[in-house]
Amino acid sequence: MAKIVGSIVTSHVPAIGRAIAGNLQNEPYWKPFFDAFPPIHRWLDEVKPDVAVVVYNDHGLNFFLDKMPTFSVGAAPQYHNADEGWGIPTLPPFTGETELSWHLINQLVNKEFDLTSCQEMLVDHAFTLPLKLLWPQEGACPIKVVPVCINTVQFPIPSASRCYKLGEAIGEAISAWDSDARVVVIGTGGLSHQLDGERAGFINKPFDLQFMQSLVDNPKWATQYTVEQLVEHTGSQGIELLMWLAARATIKGEVRALQNTYHLPISNTAAGVMLLEPLA
Amino acid sequence: MAEQQRVSIPGTTLFDDIQAQKGYALNKMCFSFNDKANRDAFKADEAAYCARFGLNPAQLAAVQSRNVLQLIAAGGNVYYLAKFAGIFGLDVQDIGAQQTGMSKDEFKQKLLNAGQ
Ligand SMILES: [Fe+2]
Repeated sequence: MAKIVGSIVTSHVPAIGRAIAGNLQNEPYWKPFFDAFPPIHRWLDEVKPDVAVVVYNDHGLNFFLDKMPTFSVGAAPQYHNADEGWGIPTLPPFTGETELSWHLINQLVNKEFDLTSCQEMLVDHAFTLPLKLLWPQEGACPIKVVPVCINTVQFPIPSASRCYKLGEAIGEAISAWDSDARVVVIGTGGLSHQLDGERAGFINKPFDLQFMQSLVDNPKWATQYTVEQLVEHTGSQGIELLMWLAARATIKGEVRALQNTYHLPISNTAAGVMLLEPLA
Repeated sequence: MAEQQRVSIPGTTLFDDIQAQKGYALNKMCFSFNDKANRDAFKADEAAYCARFGLNPAQLAAVQSRNVLQLIAAGGNVYYLAKFAGIFGLDVQDIGAQQTGMSKDEFKQKLLNAGQ
């Protein structure tokens, strides 16, 4: 059966793409963030995952308001990145792991997660940048992927508790996949930030730090909040922590944090990076 | 059916069913700006481009003003508006500064202060 080797959660701010394109990784503004990754690269070299399941949110590249699925899973042999309107360089296509995609779709719908399957899916910065941070080498991303997208654009947005349960179901489905594959689950987004309104620039460091700690000590901690309460505590885009929560929930039982970085600001955002490894 | 309770957070417009309906045409136009050809068409003839999407008067005025708070009030969603702002080379700190009535440097300082 397939095995989850760990979970990596990280912010996905578009400005990271500009920093990578401009080779700014060692500038004082960027260094504290990029320094989180070399230890994770060494870990990836050691554990050698074959597949990445990437839990992310689309920002209006693949989905528009005409059709807005709450949960969707990619089932494409290849995923293309595309222009999102601000001309950051696009990354080469990503190779899908369709066997796992369909396994997840079958298992999850069976468990009453009525998700949308996508045999074509454009992937935006929230998907591409974390993979580029984790596999920074030239050319195509070296491991196969399965995108899992959660709606954070339009209310109603699924609750923290529901996203946690989705993560648990993904974890169980991966563990039931008849394969020798080693799977890493990536969650992207957050942490606290707000782009819109008079409250733009809102950041909540104490809440972010408590949330990050909770992923190790008490992973269901954030499920006590409604989405509206999360907006209050973390800003209107801070609710992207839902992706972290779902990714963490794929690991049954306890974890240890092999990497834990919090740095702000990047652009308008408090940025976090964690590498969580199952204890069992 | 009982009206669902709407939550109010100062300085924040939750993009709910009301906003999603009100802002549909505006957001659809902004979504089209994912394509460079559409960004160029907008720049070449703004009025004609807006007409294709059937913006209402409030949306037209908001587009003309380049005012983000006004665009949000007209139903705009920030993820799509970011593509509109991109046409003018504005990043999220420019639009943050504009919405909070600060200079860009003041806005950046506010973000730095959040780390203290
Ligand atoms: Fe985002």
